[in-house]
Amino acid sequence: MRIRTDPERCIGAGRCFLAAPELFDQNDHDGTVVVLVDQVTGDALEGARAAVDDCPTRTLSLTEG
Amino acid sequence: MADPSEMTEHPEPLSYPIRRTCPYALPDGYRELLDRPTPSRIKLPSGKLAWATTRYEDVKAMLGDNRFSSDLRRPGYPLMMDHQVPPPEFSTSLVGMDPPDHTLARRAVAGDFTPRSINRLRPRIQEITDEYVDRLLAGPRPADLIDAFANPVPLLVICELLGVPFADREFFLRTSYILMNAGTPEAGAHATAELMGYMDELVTSKERVPTDDLLGRLAARRGEPGVPDHRDLVGMAFMLLMAGHETIANVVGLSAMLLLERPELRRSLTADPSRWPAAVDELLRYFTIAEIANSRVALEDVEIGGVTIAAGEGVLGLTVAANRDPKRFPDPDAFDIERVDRSLAFGFGAHQCLGQHLARTELEVTLATLFARVPELRLAEPVDALRFKEYHVNYGLHTLPVTW
Ligand code: HEM
Ligand code: SF4
Repeated sequence: MRIRTDPERCIGAGRCFLAAPELFDQNDHDGTVVVLVDQVTGDALEGARAAVDDCPTRTLSLTEG
Repeated sequence: MADPSEMTEHPEPLSYPIRRTCPYALPDGYRELLDRPTPSRIKLPSGKLAWATTRYEDVKAMLGDNRFSSDLRRPGYPLMMDHQVPPPEFSTSLVGMDPPDHTLARRAVAGDFTPRSINRLRPRIQEITDEYVDRLLAGPRPADLIDAFANPVPLLVICELLGVPFADREFFLRTSYILMNAGTPEAGAHATAELMGYMDELVTSKERVPTDDLLGRLAARRGEPGVPDHRDLVGMAFMLLMAGHETIANVVGLSAMLLLERPELRRSLTADPSRWPAAVDELLRYFTIAEIANSRVALEDVEIGGVTIAAGEGVLGLTVAANRDPKRFPDPDAFDIERVDRSLAFGFGAHQCLGQHLARTELEVTLATLFARVPELRLAEPVDALRFKEYHVNYGLHTLPVTW
């Protein structure tokens, strides 16, 4: 699955980073999300799903491919 | 536009705020609302009606939906009392803004509140905590843990964050204390005016000579998109003081109370401090001390949990109930630090707490240090005898007598 972002929405809350620091980081300047790995499979999917669910602004989503 | 006060409703709308009777169990009024099949209406102290969402999924859907506005000046916004509409000259800072303006304003400060930035503050938080544990141990027994520890530590951390000079900190502590404990509206208004005046001078001094702290950096970036002007920066400094002091003090007090009643859990946390972050998340869920900020007004008709909230109607996200929704948190009244799901204790959506990582870090450092350094700490009064802020905006303890 692929991690997609809708960057306009992000407020830099950092919940994605807490949920899956191996997949997400934050821009130092304004806190907005930086996706480190966009193709996720296997165990990493669990972290990606948790981040999508917990992102307060619905910035993140998972799509096929 | 529908006038919420004309909505007819069966059964009889419950009155809000709902009294918090027991610190550990979900209060009855919340239980009743949570058991109803759809969101229902509640009656505010103003006499107006508003919708209450209580199920985890409904609260999350509502707060995550930008068709609900946080603009407290907009007609229909569910203020507790009508006279709370802020005057036009009063800056509502981040709290009352909507995207896209809110997004820009929030990003202007978000970099200072990321987990990584907050981690840089950790050594100072530790030092301040240690200093107040020293003072507690050097002082009389029994002591009030709220007054001696839970209140001053977060206040001094706000000073660090804002860049309040050391020479002014006595004044800052004293005036904030008066503000929080004001016996009369006049005393409260006087302390507010003093602190606003102080913040104004502080911001002015940072504009002249920018220092390496939140206010100094923002003053130096004046003119960039979303960066507050002088008036908004003063408003923001005051708002951070209000949002980041009593909230943390309340959770420190309630958490200490719970842990002092659970010696096994306390010992296991002291033996394995890596479990503190999970414990803090569960404490935040369990006590959910703040929910009133989760209030919105609908900009258009929106369906939530089987009802249509019409444009102009007010709605509240009752996270006290949502954080005990058994569909999300099995056996919700059990205190269990093994839970994996994060709660809605910091709200949800674009306004989710800016200070959440700071709050988590402070709670972790204060609680871990207190119990590691004072293992013989115990309650000086039984929990039944304690006085709680049952109807306050933020739930907490008035005092927590402890001894060792
Ligand atoms: C345990 C402590 C705390 C709790 C439970 C808490 C809870 C909350 C909640 C429920 C919201 C409202 C979200 C909404 O409107 O939907 C909020 C917003 C906010 N909190 Fe906190 N908070 C805490 C500590 C702090 C601290 C330490 C600070 C800063 C130093 C802070 C600053 C803010 C700000 C600025 C907002 C408004 C954000 C915005 O509108 O974008 N809070 N908090
Ligand atoms: S959790 Fe969402 S809003 Fe927060 S930084 Fe990550 S993507 Fe942005």
